[in-house]
Amino acid sequence: MPETRIVTKRLRDHPEDSWTIERYLATGGYEALRKALGMTPEAIQDEQVKASGLRGRGGAGFGTGQKWSFLPKDVYPRYLAVNADEGEPSTFKDHMLVERDPHQLIEGVAISAFAVECHQAFVYIRGEFALGYERLGRAIAEAYERGFLGRDILGSGFDLDVILHRGAGCYIAGDETGLLSSLEGERAMPRIKPPFPAVQGLFAKPTVVNNVETLSTVPAIIERGGDWYAGLGVGRSTGTRIFSVSGHVERPANYEVELGTTFRELIEGLAGGVPGGRSIKFFIPGGASSPWLMPEHLDEPTDMDHVQNELKSMLGSGAIMVFDETTDPLLVAWRLAKFFAHESCGKCTPCREGSGWIEKILYRMSHGLGRPDDLDLMLDFGDNIVPGLNAPFAQTTICALGPSIMSHVVSLDRYFRDEIAERMGADTRTRIPVAVQGGGGR
Amino acid sequence: MAFTPENRARAGEIVARYPVAKSAILPLLHLAQDQDGWVSPDAMEEIGRILELTSAQVLGVCSFYSMFKREHVGQLVVSVCTNVSCLVNGGPELLRALEDRHLDDDDVSVEEVECIAACDLAPVMQVNYDYHGPVDVEAASTIIDEYKSRVRTPRTISGTRVDAGAAR
Repeated sequence: MPETRIVTKRLRDHPEDSWTIERYLATGGYEALRKALGMTPEAIQDEQVKASGLRGRGGAGFGTGQKWSFLPKDVYPRYLAVNADEGEPSTFKDHMLVERDPHQLIEGVAISAFAVECHQAFVYIRGEFALGYERLGRAIAEAYERGFLGRDILGSGFDLDVILHRGAGCYIAGDETGLLSSLEGERAMPRIKPPFPAVQGLFAKPTVVNNVETLSTVPAIIERGGDWYAGLGVGRSTGTRIFSVSGHVERPANYEVELGTTFRELIEGLAGGVPGGRSIKFFIPGGASSPWLMPEHLDEPTDMDHVQNELKSMLGSGAIMVFDETTDPLLVAWRLAKFFAHESCGKCTPCREGSGWIEKILYRMSHGLGRPDDLDLMLDFGDNIVPGLNAPFAQTTICALGPSIMSHVVSLDRYFRDEIAERMGADTRTRIPVAVQGGGGR
Repeated sequence: MAFTPENRARAGEIVARYPVAKSAILPLLHLAQDQDGWVSPDAMEEIGRILELTSAQVLGVCSFYSMFKREHVGQLVVSVCTNVSCLVNGGPELLRALEDRHLDDDDVSVEEVECIAACDLAPVMQVNYDYHGPVDVEAASTIIDEYKSRVRTPRTISGTRVDAGAAR
């Protein structure tokens, strides 16, 4: 089955110059902005974006129109913060969109800012995206020159400034409130909610935080209509999504497909399956924060609600990581735990301490030093991060980073308990009693 | 070494973009690193003066973000990803080989990094934030040597294009 290219159409059709203003204008660019400026902000919010069913593409999957509607009436200034701090391991779609179609993002930002009546937007771009920063910076300058940004945009009387802000290497700055802290010049530590950003966000003003892919989808919705977009996809997962498929596959790449497409069509069809005729051992369906899935789940649809409610995982950031039969699941779990331990901001004790402990235990398990009760030990104290350990995860931390670590421990328990027992049981080293029974008392 | 007069003026322009001056801290740290090749204690002190923060506050932010180097590094920073998509495609082996190759090389600093959002290029590395992948040890070594001999033009260690003074 082929891709359904909406957001990625231009960059696939014109790989040689898709990021230039000339190409953008030649392919209908900024016409949606012109159209939107002729509508009322309410009409864009309700009849277009809410009607489209568009849900955030950053990971949480919250309704975009709904998020906008939470802004309190008559409180100004308001801000739009664009989350281009893509850091979820194995996700590389926003990186592509920023580098290869920056004007589409800017047009989406302008339309969305008009819809939420804000006059200052901040694009927080990941520090490591040097070329993306350069291209987006140039594109913003071009948009100002041509009157798509700045004062009295296209004669509509609407003003908008876009400020490009560069991060400096920090995963948690990609969290909605972590981003706001970072943009305010603090360490990127997430904040407790409520107050939600819509009420008290950037500089304590009402703020909308949207992901790059989400905003890049807005021009197409305006151009072709919210109802058209809602006709794509499945159930409450409308439209298309860009899936970043990587790991053990023949053709690792971004693929834009209608939501509801099965994992098999993505992994074995578009990405060409596992190389060398080997078979899939497991795959991670939605970025490094999501619980794992197994080969028996390949024919399940990429429906956000279905994956969460029935498969006890999540589509998250849309990054699918594929691991073949030769992969050691403990090694993958350890590497992901190492990532989270490194990126834990240190604000909440369960995450700060727990991430380090899980990393250490998974290290010894994956490097021949594991003990028979290591898995149970992690489940025991992990219960202090995710009480009950049942999906969807409850959490004792402010943001989702802490619980994300437990995704991998819970997945090992769900699918690889026997394999692990066999391997740890064969360990002949002296068993050191570990009397850690505190916390949730599992 | 604090800001040059030109960069001091640029710092003023950067601060003016934000409703609250403190927001300019990351851009100013990038500016300092572009100028000096690292973020020196003097630079942090000057940024503190510009933003009306203590040096400790600036250090607190600076040390939180992995792109800022608070000690001298080579002119070329080679970042090798070892997160899972690279892990299963030879990232750790690439990292070890490059670390060994440049152990005594003052010009090249090799570092292990977390996922840099280019898993279609696994195993992937960045040289001063320009992407290269998929690369084996041989290809990576050739690329690094081309940067060293300036056959390729590297960005600054903060990833700014050297000829793009205004793009910051």
